[in-house]
Amino acid sequence: MPNIVRIRKGLDIRLKGEAEKVLAQAEPAKVVAIKPTDFHGLVPKVLVKAGDAVLAGSPLFTDKYNERVVWTSPVSGEVAEVVRGEKRRILQVRVLADATLRYEDFGAGDPSGMNRETIVQKLLKSGIWPLLRQRPFDIVADPAKEPKAIFISAFDSNPLAPDLDFVVRNQDADFQIGIDALAKLTKGKVHLGLSPRTSAREFLDAKNVVITAYHGPHPAGNVGVQIHATSPISKGETVWTLGAEDVLIIGRLFRTGKYDATRTVAITGSEAKAARYVRTIIGAPIKDLVGAVGAGVRVVSGNVLTGDNVGADGYLGSYHTQVTLLPEGDKPKFFLTDGWASPGFDTFSANRSFPTWLMPGKKFAPDTNQNGELRAFVMTGQYEAVFPFDIYPVHLLKAILANDIEGMEKLGAYEVAPEDFALCEFVCTSKINSQSIVRAGLDSLKKETT
Amino acid sequence: MKLLRNLVDKMKPAFAKEGKLGKLHWVFDGLETFLFTPGHATESGAHIRDGIDLKRTMSIVITAMLPCLLFGMWNVGHQHYRALGYFLDVDAGFYYKFIFGVVKVMPIVVVSYGVGLGIEFLFTTIKGHPIQEGFLVSGMLIPLVMPVEVPLWQVAVGTAFAVVIGKEVFGGTGMNVVNVALTARAFLFFAYPTMMSGDKVWVSTFTDMGEPLVDGFSGATSLGLAATGGTEKMVSMMDSFWGLEAGSIGETSAFCCLIGAAVLLITGIGSWRIMLATLLGGAAMAFIFNLAGANEYMKVPVLHQLMLGGFMFGLVFMATDPVTAAQTNTGKWIYGFLIGFMAILIRVVNPAYPEGMMLAILFMNVMAPLIDHYVVQANIKRRLKRAVQTA
Repeated sequence: MPNIVRIRKGLDIRLKGEAEKVLAQAEPAKVVAIKPTDFHGLVPKVLVKAGDAVLAGSPLFTDKYNERVVWTSPVSGEVAEVVRGEKRRILQVRVLADATLRYEDFGAGDPSGMNRETIVQKLLKSGIWPLLRQRPFDIVADPAKEPKAIFISAFDSNPLAPDLDFVVRNQDADFQIGIDALAKLTKGKVHLGLSPRTSAREFLDAKNVVITAYHGPHPAGNVGVQIHATSPISKGETVWTLGAEDVLIIGRLFRTGKYDATRTVAITGSEAKAARYVRTIIGAPIKDLVGAVGAGVRVVSGNVLTGDNVGADGYLGSYHTQVTLLPEGDKPKFFLTDGWASPGFDTFSANRSFPTWLMPGKKFAPDTNQNGELRAFVMTGQYEAVFPFDIYPVHLLKAILANDIEGMEKLGAYEVAPEDFALCEFVCTSKINSQSIVRAGLDSLKKETT
Repeated sequence: MKLLRNLVDKMKPAFAKEGKLGKLHWVFDGLETFLFTPGHATESGAHIRDGIDLKRTMSIVITAMLPCLLFGMWNVGHQHYRALGYFLDVDAGFYYKFIFGVVKVMPIVVVSYGVGLGIEFLFTTIKGHPIQEGFLVSGMLIPLVMPVEVPLWQVAVGTAFAVVIGKEVFGGTGMNVVNVALTARAFLFFAYPTMMSGDKVWVSTFTDMGEPLVDGFSGATSLGLAATGGTEKMVSMMDSFWGLEAGSIGETSAFCCLIGAAVLLITGIGSWRIMLATLLGGAAMAFIFNLAGANEYMKVPVLHQLMLGGFMFGLVFMATDPVTAAQTNTGKWIYGFLIGFMAILIRVVNPAYPEGMMLAILFMNVMAPLIDHYVVQANIKRRLKRAVQTA
């Protein structure tokens, strides 16, 4: 039995629309889009133009400031267009997909017999590298550095999150090969964080890793919480993280020599017509996965706490393994019936002024209304109750707001990513957008220190 | 609802910032958002948000104060008739007592809210920021900590001082250093000491109009009596638990304060750490005095000491003000304990101040950032130590 770490603080948000454990195969995507905006801080340099033919694994764009890192096409076909936004910022690179995919060959082989540099090169060339993220700063890992450890969370505790046990089923070989490759990237350990309830042999029997189980409410499944509990990051240290599904992609690369960007995505949310699991590909159009979406529905690539509002015509984000459909909440609410003074029998809240705290089994279908207006910090202790770090969240946020670099360093900014503040943002009485504050803070900290 | 919404929508253009009544934009906004939680949808980050907002939070706190207010009204009448020698029994003349209290107390409430909200609207208009909800609670707290005979113009002056100097100069709700309602009370206490202490202001009588008082009547509070060596004349513990004594309008009943505490604790809006720590601090000091036992006042039993005066009211409604209290969980224990400790210390030892709760809370309000500073520094040191070990 692995070590068990108890996470006491946190909050499980109970929502309607959990994905049924049925795996559907999505229609092969006719067009896919890779979005540089999924990768924070990336300034892309496009390597292709409309009309170019590409294979699955051919480079599309690279990082202007680190050209070793490339992003490759998940499908073979023809580059359709480079979508630009304001100030010609590159938003998407779209590729029209062939009916049967042809793959670039990166060479199969057992990673156990390869040296670190070969593995790094393979991951970089195949375009899988950007799936590796680093802390501090929560950005794409820098291949020039060596991390003190690599962390993989084998369960997702976010609201309506996919059950990774179900997702990785029967892929134990790929998972183990992926782990073996990652183990070569660090002199330290590869850590695998399990749910104590998992029964997946893929995770329980994984070798070459340190297995720890994290018991408790969300965010126990967040890799940041697991790092903090096991091997916290101090100034000057680097840790890499990636998702369990990304390990499978690495495993397939070494087993077959191909960049196979297949993803199993959970379709969730109260507005989802068929909440289930769908096998598709990174960058697939979301309407292929969820069908037609009516007006007044928000389409989120990712989960409700950290995902992106991509719209009905959007594409699946590179890191995302979930799509959530929610009712929009852009209508005013009368204070007595559904506003601030309403009884609130259908309102989920961490606060017990709503009677729903007496209904522990009830599931909710909240809309995207902010449920109040932006205010200064008034209540205290709210963030601490859902923030399982030995860090003072409000003090850190205030240091960021004051752009106090030294304060941020001291108060633990190296350990956190915006997603760690997602629950703080959810519970906040004053409706403060802490995730974007943390993001801005990490940006300025990075600028000042590197 | 639809009708109301259409009406609001029809009026809205005139109150837009560049509209005819654009100056009143934020006043209108304050009233509109009172009626309708705005249709602001989230943009990024967490797409769904908790149902709680500041308006609901504040209205819960006001609800928690209602038992104190209602009992306070009745008690104003009860003390009045007791002074005259009528309806001496608790259950006699309920309506007479309550109506007398309503007539005496409501004007104070109206003045407090009127002046406070008026100033809030003014600042909102001048500074162009939305109306914040903080004064909804302060406006109710101020009448509850006033003696019933306080002149209305003093309520107005005290409220104005507290809102402007105590809050708005710092930037409004969430930015103030000391509790707004206590600022109002402290201002009046030091500016007009004769109207805020002594034995003439706590019980409403009309002696100058020839109303005859019963023989031997004293309008002093228990703490006032104790401070002048009359400990044996204090009301019994049970009477001070139920609140059958003279004192500020809302503070006398420990029982009603406990109902309020229950509301705040069940909803999680008041900090249980602060409440418990304050109680322990007060009990510790009272117990130390018991051991010392140098005079009669020091020998008052611990429980009785805690029921007297404004201790319970301050503990439940004032010390827990999240903006002015310590913000870290460890800090809350220290902050609360010292409030309780000092409140009893000042009360028993310093004859100039019959009640120490107000001063203890204000003092600890000022100290709270310092406490938090040391708590946070300890956290920083812990993190640095870890870095040295692993390096």
